[in-house]
Amino acid sequence: METYSLLREFADSWMLLALFTFFVGVVFWVFRPGATKSYENPSTIPFRHEDKPARAHGARHEEA
Amino acid sequence: MTNYIKLIVLGLVTLLALIAANYARDLAYLVNALTVALVSGGLFLWTLRHTDEPRAQVDLSGEYMDGVVRAGVIATCLWGVVGFLAGTFIAFQLAFPGLNFDWAQGYANFGRLRPLHTSAVIFAFGGNALIATSFYVVQRTSAARLWGGNLAWFVFWGYQLVIVLAATGYLLGATQGKEYAEPEWYVDLWLTVVWLAYLAVFLGTIVKRKEPHIYVANWFYLSFIITVAMLHVVNNLSIPVSIFGSKSVQVFSGVQDAMTQWWYGHNAVGFFLTAGFLGMMYYFVPKQAERPVYSYKLSIIHFWALIFIYIWAGPHHLHYTALPDWASTLGMVFSIVLWMPSWGGMINGLMTLSGAWDKLRTDPVIRMMVISIGFYGMSTFEGPMMSIRAVNSLSHYTDWTIGHVHSGALGWNGMITFGALYFLVPKLWNRERLYSLSLVSWHFWLATIGIILYAAAMWVTGIMEGLMWREVDANGFLVNSFADTVAAKFPMYVVRGLGGVMYVTGALIMCYNLWMTAKRSPAVEATNSAVPAE
Repeated sequence: METYSLLREFADSWMLLALFTFFVGVVFWVFRPGATKSYENPSTIPFRHEDKPARAHGARHEEA
Repeated sequence: MTNYIKLIVLGLVTLLALIAANYARDLAYLVNALTVALVSGGLFLWTLRHTDEPRAQVDLSGEYMDGVVRAGVIATCLWGVVGFLAGTFIAFQLAFPGLNFDWAQGYANFGRLRPLHTSAVIFAFGGNALIATSFYVVQRTSAARLWGGNLAWFVFWGYQLVIVLAATGYLLGATQGKEYAEPEWYVDLWLTVVWLAYLAVFLGTIVKRKEPHIYVANWFYLSFIITVAMLHVVNNLSIPVSIFGSKSVQVFSGVQDAMTQWWYGHNAVGFFLTAGFLGMMYYFVPKQAERPVYSYKLSIIHFWALIFIYIWAGPHHLHYTALPDWASTLGMVFSIVLWMPSWGGMINGLMTLSGAWDKLRTDPVIRMMVISIGFYGMSTFEGPMMSIRAVNSLSHYTDWTIGHVHSGALGWNGMITFGALYFLVPKLWNRERLYSLSLVSWHFWLATIGIILYAAAMWVTGIMEGLMWREVDANGFLVNSFADTVAAKFPMYVVRGLGGVMYVTGALIMCYNLWMTAKRSPAVEATNSAVPAE
């Protein structure tokens, strides 16, 4: 079988199925139970650390 | 030690560029080689003068790297004005062909200036806006300083060099004839290096983030960077005729080349002008409205749906060509499906203002962002419609396409960038507020009316010429010659040019306002200086 036909058959079957399943999976994942609560925190990320990065663990910055 | 390595590399590059200039086979290559020699020679001297100077070791991890963002903001403004001016000029060249001056023939006629305009607005204005805002956003949302130290500066200056090489090349005739991918092989190679460095800086910052979650804006930015890298490399696979000349030959040919080009071309729209700017939207709109994005769930679905679908839409540029029907039907169907995620994203952006709609009356910056989202919705409705084969048979090759592109580029990309710039400048220069809000209002109305003049003129002239081209008499003969359509388009071309004048005037007002903000506005206490002792 020539390369084009082989790749084309794979793309039209298994790859299509895999990508579609992944996509539908993402949509279901987003609406999983408890999702609303778990996304509350990420949605407020822009309102933190406006001026300075978060402190690194430990006292590396203390004497800077 | 690193300085010695830098000196060796810069010295070699200067030498090689001068050798290349000596053997240059065409003018564009000669000028580009001399530009490279000048830049690397200058950097060589600068590095030499600073070698062996003691360098203070300061721990900068306690503050954000904003110098490169400031430079990016300035570059965005400058290239924006250059690109808009070039666009307005070539708009008048179409209306008044006398503006293709005889003395500048072969350098400043429409054919040479048109790629200069498209590259200046998309890659110089849009690209600098994307690089600057992505560096700003990824630091804030990761709560970490940019990764890679001065690599971010390399990205910034390397990208400016790409722009200068490409622009001078266009004027002197170096082009590979691929729309939105005109630069020749050596500029493509250099852009690849710069782009991988950009990816490294962005990804490195995400890897060392202090926030456990990667904020949705960064997903959009990252998909933009990765996809553009892939598109750029595949679409620019070419073999130079000589290493001392700018001409190269594409590896693909015929319909494969056309499909690769529009796979690139449409995804340049999808990932450069959409995904990247959506990253801007998902950060700056919530910031300016002072409330989180309407639905975080919707933003995740928006992201995955957009990147899964956009990549298939390219073939709609090749209806009624040698491309097989199945491929162009595939492109058409996916373009129509794209309407859903696009409008999902538009609703998400607009509804972020729910409960804060009163800000529209008082804050011209949020007004700018809202109208940009409105234009996003409008052009993502228009685009799928134009991709339908029956509509495309009327719209393709007419000015309707140009009108569509500009409602997206001026309305969506331009306005969201202006909004982001108005947000950024007071923050970056530690100012309390913008110099003048009424100047922002002036900018808003000039730009909005300018776009409306532009888009309306192009709808009229596009549909008119489409209908004129297909008009046949009772015996089946074509009624109009091509020159008839050109003559009929004249009034709309003048209106379009005037729209451009208004848009560029608005941009100049913005530059003045931002300059005065940095110079005159009352300062706030510096919050982003070196870490104070505690």
